[in-house]
Amino acid sequence: MTDQPPRLTEDEVRRVATLCRIGLSDDEVERLRDEMAGLIAEVSILQGIDTSGVEPTAHAVEEVHTVMRDDTPRPALTVADVLSNAPRREGDYFRVPAVMDDGEG
Amino acid sequence: MADQQFHYQSVRQMSDALLAKEISAIELADAHLKRIEDLDGRVGSYLAVTPERAHEQATAAQATIDSGNASPLTGVPMQLKDNLATRGVATTCSSLMLENFVPPYDATVTTALADAGAVLLGKGNMDEFAMGSSTETSAYKLTRNPWGLDRVPGGSSGGPAAAVAGGLAPYSLGSDTGGSIRQPASFCGIVGLKPTYGLVSRFGLIAFASSLDQIGPLTRTVEDAALVMNAIAGPDVNDSTSIPRSAVDYTVGLRDGVKGLRIGVVPEYFGDGIDPEVARLTREAIQQLEALGAKISEVALPNSKAALAVYYILAPSECSANLARYDGVKFGFSVTDAPNMMTALEATREGGFGTEVKRRMIMGTYALSAGYYDAYYKKAQQVRTLIRREFDSAFEKVDVLMTPTTPTTAFKLGEIQDPVVMHANDVCTVPANIAGIPGISVPCGTIDGLPVGLQILGAHLSESTLLRTAYAYEQATPWHTKHPAI
Repeated sequence: MTDQPPRLTEDEVRRVATLCRIGLSDDEVERLRDEMAGLIAEVSILQGIDTSGVEPTAHAVEEVHTVMRDDTPRPALTVADVLSNAPRREGDYFRVPAVMDDGEG
Repeated sequence: MADQQFHYQSVRQMSDALLAKEISAIELADAHLKRIEDLDGRVGSYLAVTPERAHEQATAAQATIDSGNASPLTGVPMQLKDNLATRGVATTCSSLMLENFVPPYDATVTTALADAGAVLLGKGNMDEFAMGSSTETSAYKLTRNPWGLDRVPGGSSGGPAAAVAGGLAPYSLGSDTGGSIRQPASFCGIVGLKPTYGLVSRFGLIAFASSLDQIGPLTRTVEDAALVMNAIAGPDVNDSTSIPRSAVDYTVGLRDGVKGLRIGVVPEYFGDGIDPEVARLTREAIQQLEALGAKISEVALPNSKAALAVYYILAPSECSANLARYDGVKFGFSVTDAPNMMTALEATREGGFGTEVKRRMIMGTYALSAGYYDAYYKKAQQVRTLIRREFDSAFEKVDVLMTPTTPTTAFKLGEIQDPVVMHANDVCTVPANIAGIPGISVPCGTIDGLPVGLQILGAHLSESTLLRTAYAYEQATPWHTKHPAI
């Protein structure tokens, strides 16, 4: 691990933040340029481990398999329960901002 | 028992007192609620207290006791970490994102404890979305360590650990993704068990890193951990990752001792970065078990050194996917005056998430993004295979492995600011999550008045062995009888 890992560029930080839809202030971007470099340096130890021919493990317990329940109807949450935490609703629907507007996004 | 120090009794002792009619379930709940009111202002272990729910459940529990159908948890109060869904009771995950979220359903563990007659006192503070090792990333409050109010309780289950250590709850449930039950248990001088991945249903646990998360108990005694496990372990149709397995009574064999038990000591866990005093107390604990009849040998786990790096790729990557659901549409914090969906999403997530959560999501998104996936996420999953194999071969030679739970005792509030330094707290605990194996932390002494924990790791589904080993050690030492003065 190097003492001073290279900082990420402002564009790199903003590109990743956009991918995960997180707005960032200029100060946060500046701080993340350093912190991300530190975090990447922290995990760089893995690059020195030989993993050729090693299968990846998604989770480590063999007894865990994805199971399917019987395809029979059963009660689900009521509409009132589902909508009980909605920040904005209209009737029995969630209300959302316009998805398409002046061509952005 | 109502007079002196009822609040440091074990679950078993409280249950016995309830059955003997020395105290009623309502009196026991009220005594705890009073103590929370008097003292939790100093500790900060609760985000919310639920006296109405407690009275309702205590009344029902008393009826069960009177009818002669009580389980060992019936009428005994408890706390739940605030990432466990409680129908009708706010569940915030210590995040502004879920400030007003009231779940329309109960977590499976919430239901299981309610069915066993448990009495909910309230919800425990935690690091935001369970991301942290000190509970300092909570959006709402600091939790202080009952053993030193200027110290952190550990995290992310810091509220649960402080509540149990301070006599503010007989037990609590936490979640452990990289050490979040065991590390705070160690810092607060109590017992914390992370079960095998898949043993306890995670339905209703607000997800952090799905290949690592597991729910488990924080208790003042090892027997209490077994009693709580009896209520919460087992398959669940609502959790497709739960292990199909018939019920086990974890109190069976608890007192069988450690004669002939093969203990592996891992030199990698006693080296750089481990406080020499912590290492010394851990070695003394292992010697004590040797004196009780266990056989000690050294077992090398060289890949353990890579576990922290594996963790800090897998956990952020998985959290960046899991937390994509917080869009301000279906529930949670929402910026509603944005001109379009993209702006609304970015503003909602900027305002709702704290610094640590944003940092982890950005790191995780980076590791999963085009051009980096093979170098980070896939590589980490491959090293995970190596770590798992290493544990598998270790458990062919020994029954359990012993290590310190944490590199140091509880540090001061505000002392650690650098995230990479904070991560080093998890160095002894993350390997168990990577490998999906169970681990327990049990108190093994103090340094300058602050508790130290012994970590015992075992093969998949070896909880009974871990509990038996921890019990033998606990009963041979005075640590479980020591409590902080708050």
